Amino acid sequence: MSAKSILRAVSCSVLFAVFAAGLFAGYLTHYSYALQFREVPNAAPSALHPLGTDSLGRDLFARLLYGTRISLLLAPAAALLATLIAGVFGGLAGLAGGWCEKVVLAAADLSMALPLLFVLLALRALMPLDVSPVISVVATFLMLGALGWPSSLRVAWAAARELRNSDFLLLARAGGSAPGRILMKHVLPHLRPVLFAQFWISIPLFILTEATLSMLGLGVMEPLPSWGNLLKGLENFSAVRANPWMLAPLVLLVVVVISFQLALPAEGELA
Amino acid sequence: MTPRTRALLACLVLLVLAAPLGAQSGGVLRFCLHSEPKTFDPALVDDEASENVRYLTGGVLIRLDRETQALEPALAASWKVSKDGRTITFHLRKGLYFSDGTKFTSEDVAFTIRRLMDPQMHSSTGDAFRSGEGTVEVQAPAPDVAVITFPAAVAGLERLFDQVAIISAHSPKKEMAVLGPYYVSEYKPGEYVLLRRNPNYWRHDAQGRPLPYIDTVRLDIQRNREIELLRFRRGELQMINRLDAEQFSNLQKENPGAAHNAGPGLDAEEFWFNQSPAAPAPEFRKAWFRTTEFRRAVSMAINREDLCRIVFYGYAAPAFGPVSSSNKFWFNSALPAPKHNPQEALRLLAQAGFRYDGKVLKDSSGNPVEFTIVTNSGNAAREKMATMIQQDLSQIGMRVKVVTLDFPSLIERITKTFDYDSCILGLVNTDLDPGSQMTVWLSSGENHQWNPSQKTPATAWEAEIDKLMREQASSLNEKLRKAAFDRVQQIVAEQQPFIYLVNKDVLTAVSPMVEGAAPAVLNPQVFWNIETLRLKVPENGGTE
Repeated sequence: MSAKSILRAVSCSVLFAVFAAGLFAGYLTHYSYALQFREVPNAAPSALHPLGTDSLGRDLFARLLYGTRISLLLAPAAALLATLIAGVFGGLAGLAGGWCEKVVLAAADLSMALPLLFVLLALRALMPLDVSPVISVVATFLMLGALGWPSSLRVAWAAARELRNSDFLLLARAGGSAPGRILMKHVLPHLRPVLFAQFWISIPLFILTEATLSMLGLGVMEPLPSWGNLLKGLENFSAVRANPWMLAPLVLLVVVVISFQLALPAEGELA
Repeated sequence: MTPRTRALLACLVLLVLAAPLGAQSGGVLRFCLHSEPKTFDPALVDDEASENVRYLTGGVLIRLDRETQALEPALAASWKVSKDGRTITFHLRKGLYFSDGTKFTSEDVAFTIRRLMDPQMHSSTGDAFRSGEGTVEVQAPAPDVAVITFPAAVAGLERLFDQVAIISAHSPKKEMAVLGPYYVSEYKPGEYVLLRRNPNYWRHDAQGRPLPYIDTVRLDIQRNREIELLRFRRGELQMINRLDAEQFSNLQKENPGAAHNAGPGLDAEEFWFNQSPAAPAPEFRKAWFRTTEFRRAVSMAINREDLCRIVFYGYAAPAFGPVSSSNKFWFNSALPAPKHNPQEALRLLAQAGFRYDGKVLKDSSGNPVEFTIVTNSGNAAREKMATMIQQDLSQIGMRVKVVTLDFPSLIERITKTFDYDSCILGLVNTDLDPGSQMTVWLSSGENHQWNPSQKTPATAWEAEIDKLMREQASSLNEKLRKAAFDRVQQIVAEQQPFIYLVNKDVLTAVSPMVEGAAPAVLNPQVFWNIETLRLKVPENGGTE
């Protein structure tokens, strides 16, 4: 077993453990993520509160577990949405060429030129206030997915364009295959490794974007935790210096992002 | 005494004289402005940085003592207000000069007031004096007498002169010639404003020594409060005018001698329900917000002590009403202290037809009580308060959602679309007198936030507040004014249109190298007595 394989196995185990901890949060802690123990704000780790408490006295371990559930379930969903959009439209543009290619690429360029943060700010301002925190968090990740496709699309388009004049597609066309069949049977299987890589890369990207949004007050609504709003507590350097256990969400985020990168199969292995 | 002993004694005397550990005159005092001053013209000031420069450089006729909150003579040795409240006569000090050597006379007062009241100037300081239609008459019958007549009586007239820095009618330097303790010597945009001691300043200390003691004040322009604190810790700054509770708490642990708490300030954090008829909310929800018992119950369910202790690290006081307890004259001390009492809150709600089944509170039609609190994103203290209120209100069965919005979106909702249920924001209050709060309390006012710009008062209690506010604004009798505003405070406590949460403490930092500092709750908190501040000599002999 090579060192690469061992690393990948360890990374996959870490990811599995973190996903499982998030999913079964209710079994790992008996505290609610929202309950405030106001007599012990900013408490140090103890038997009662393994990671201490936050500034409002909420159990940090419970918040980290429930935050993991939200960030790690919704980030892959957003990544899947973005990759699907990129795969379908990128593949279509690469294969069809002509005006279709121009329109799709112009749309991607326009989306990339838009400042994502301001678009999200404007969308959040337009949303009704009276939505539940769960709908708000799903909407946040949907927005991330719906706006995060352009860079993946360019990669999918470049890969599809290379296939456009390939011999096997020429043969399929000559054999009278319909465009839909060509796309589904011949093109998408060839794009699979590229799209797979894009999907894996997008997950940590969306986790980090949600963290940024939460730090700006635009992400997951209180009291629902996410890695983003847990990282918000790190803004205050002096508080972190006094309570170093506040770094736990950052450590977990770093570990998960690194694990995603190490678990990513090499291009050759996917093909 | 031998020559040797004499020499030794002389050396000892020299040593004692040369190494005093006490405060010295001279030196450079450094602190920060948090933005670029927009103007050095005292008539045009309407931002904090320019106001601080005006305070340090401007000479005024009457000064408000920031510690006693009483008025004291400054450039005017005495003054008298006429019985009808329209005319004020100043008797000026004689033999005073501007920083450039120009003589100070009543012509300068007349020039300043005419300029201030010129509609073309758009002076916010001048606007405070506008009492009615017509022009302001200014006369200078003698070099040391100035008479100003307003078209109508101005409530709290004398106090307004604390903001009026006199400028010279004849100096070629115009507004740069000043009568205050310092003059602007150098300004590097984005970097600093350097102030030098005014050699012609009129005040002297009890021993007859000229004031101010410190030669130079360097105001560094620094927007970032964390960097400001870091520089203070390094000894590069000697004072910080306002710290937040967390910064103060940390400084208190590191250097208790440098952390100064002046007590609860005038600013309040407040929470209100949207009672505007234009709000696009269901009618049943609007009906809750218009119910006095509902608002009072919410107020009772909020644990203000916890807000002070947790969000503000204990550096805040539960708020009673629109006036902070630090406002010595206008605070209504008869108001009951806000109490946290969820049981009494539920009793009040039951009176108003609400039913609590142990989990959810429902109105008489069976609608569960659910609403949203909005506040501005990026303000950690307000976000924490909203989350704590969310838990407090869950104790009486109310389901609350907390939404943070960027400031422009929030303002759009609370002033234009009225598309919100309730809001937490802060009331910035720099003035002791309620005259400055007319637009908040009059039902027709734009800042009557729970239901602004009403054509006629929506409720009987708002009509009574209108009447009382107009009474206090037109009366010259301080006792009558106080009685009227006490009643306003009482109505607000009963009706809770604004649910006042906390008054944050005024927290400042002063280096132990500065002697004579006595931070106050009024602006400018830390350097209001700049004239009498001194710098101690450090061990290396310098004063910086």
